[in-house]
Amino acid sequence: MPREMMYGEAIATAIVEEMKRDGDVIFYGQNLGMTEKDHMVRLFGKNRVRITPISETAEMGIAVGAAMTGLRPVVELWMSEFMLVAMDQALNEAPRLRYMTGGQVKVPLVFKAGYGFGAGWAGQHSNCIYHMMMGIPGLKVALPSTPADAKGLLTAAIRDDNPVVYLHHYMLTLDRGEVPDGDYVIPFGVADVKRAGSDVTLVATGWMVKKSLAAAEVLAKEGISVEVIDPRTIAPLDVQTIVASVKKTGRLVLVDQAPRHASVAVIIAGEVAEHGFQYLKAPVKMVTALDTSVPYSEPLEKFVLPDEDKIVRAVKAAMARQAATV
Amino acid sequence: MQKKEDLAKDRLLWMYTQMLRIREFEERIKRTFVEHPGVIRGHTHLGDGAEASIVGALATRSENDLAMPSYRCHGYPIVLGTSTKKMMAEIYGRKDGLCQGFGGSMHLADPAHHFPGTSGIIGQAIAHATGAALTAQVKNTGQVIYCFFGDGSSKQGAFYESLNMAAVWKLPIVYVLENNEYQVYTHVSLEDANHAAGDPLSQKAKAFSIPGVTVDGNDVLKVYEEVGKAAERARAGRGPSLIESKFYRFSAHGNAITVPPVPTQFPEHEAIETYGKKDEYAAAKAKDPILQFRTKLLGSGVLSEAENKRIEETVRAEMEEAVKFALASPFPAPEEAVKYVYA
Repeated sequence: MPREMMYGEAIATAIVEEMKRDGDVIFYGQNLGMTEKDHMVRLFGKNRVRITPISETAEMGIAVGAAMTGLRPVVELWMSEFMLVAMDQALNEAPRLRYMTGGQVKVPLVFKAGYGFGAGWAGQHSNCIYHMMMGIPGLKVALPSTPADAKGLLTAAIRDDNPVVYLHHYMLTLDRGEVPDGDYVIPFGVADVKRAGSDVTLVATGWMVKKSLAAAEVLAKEGISVEVIDPRTIAPLDVQTIVASVKKTGRLVLVDQAPRHASVAVIIAGEVAEHGFQYLKAPVKMVTALDTSVPYSEPLEKFVLPDEDKIVRAVKAAMARQAATV
Repeated sequence: MQKKEDLAKDRLLWMYTQMLRIREFEERIKRTFVEHPGVIRGHTHLGDGAEASIVGALATRSENDLAMPSYRCHGYPIVLGTSTKKMMAEIYGRKDGLCQGFGGSMHLADPAHHFPGTSGIIGQAIAHATGAALTAQVKNTGQVIYCFFGDGSSKQGAFYESLNMAAVWKLPIVYVLENNEYQVYTHVSLEDANHAAGDPLSQKAKAFSIPGVTVDGNDVLKVYEEVGKAAERARAGRGPSLIESKFYRFSAHGNAITVPPVPTQFPEHEAIETYGKKDEYAAAKAKDPILQFRTKLLGSGVLSEAENKRIEETVRAEMEEAVKFALASPFPAPEEAVKYVYA
């Protein structure tokens, strides 16, 4: 039976259920499991739920070594930018070891972090940095946009035999939705059509899925039928579903909270240029963050990030078969 | 673990043989650059000079203990029982290599022989070894992890963060800091605060309130004794130790970095090439750990000249076979390159 719960709750549920199912799953990070009263400590004990110092290199590097030798660590890193102090472990250790050893070891771990906190967290705590991960062979990247996806993708991430960066969107934490009970696994590399439509294909991830669905609702009232696709994992990326949709609609608008040149949007645009160019009736539109850092003050932040209005304008521009200045 | 005084003759000869095997393997790698130019690609780092330190440490292992070194990684698997043929074939980029040609010299791995893998990025594998120790603790396997790294690695954040966490969690791990005096091309006097203050590098252990000792890394039995104590402590659940093992790297940091088609070979050691200190190098060679152990074994009657000759010949023949095997092994099929991206 599905149950309504919050996105944040769905994430916690996946961790608890996987830790119950598999004794090799451990969970650690900064500022968690501090006392015996902690929920996770009560459930699983201090051997499997551990508090760490503020030491991302060791937290992530220890996860790599633990994964190589038989555990399935889930590392709570809180904010994706905190991984930047230890990027060697994420980009040049975890995803390389299986390959370099000719398949002799596997590195099943999850680096879990929130991202995209568009609520006044300013330059160093609101970013979308997944571009540097999605292009690293051996690394998988999941970006859930709903409570159900949050659970299904995290369950898949923990069971995956490869290193996975699981990025949950801070702005979605309190969103509610139906979440299937029990074993619920969403396979990686399978995009989800969040809303079916026939005039324009709109591809978005994370918080931008919510904004795209809101924009689609507005556009529907004006007679424009928008199909909203969420790739859910950007590595692997389901290009096939997107191209199939473009074949149907003939128009493509890509929405991404990351700055343009560090976005998934540019990757999808490139793939569609090669594999779906013949279906396009209008130029591809990309609605991304501006190429700036994220500012603190609300009007500044709003100016930089994509929103419903910008998406609506881009879709209308695609419908008008002309480039728009968003 | 036995006390060093109680080591039986065959165990002492086993240790001596392993030291010779490491030396001969590294000599054959070096010779390959001359005899078969172009066969070894990229960067290769040798462990000649480290034989007593490597063997003394690993001689204290229990059966399932793991060894996790840095990218200067040839010596350890030789002691652990990895096939030297497969090692040589890997360094030659062949299909029969340990990692089927995917890793090369810096990334040898043989999990079946308690050697899970290495990292080519200085210091980072200290965290991996610490993670292996976490596995041992969480699963209560009774294993001790032997983590080897150089003096250069001890200036990386991964070193400080890992030792702190290992100490807090009392992980079963022994950190062997191999102080071979040079981090890449830079002498330790130019980059280490402890050394600059006239203190041993084992002083770093004080920052984590764990035991820290410095041992003569040219003396295999002294290494055996100190690492053995640390391993027993780790196995008893009392946490990590830091052993500074002092010896001298006899080869340059690696083969010369050249751009193809310019051939690459091993240059002179940095002491000579960069610093012009021929006397320093000669003095270090005079303390060769293999010479020292041979003299000791001959003196005590454990080893005879005839037996020494026999061991040397056996080791030479083994590495000759390894070179022949590697040269005869085919290259991997190009399309294999996409095989191991994901599990």
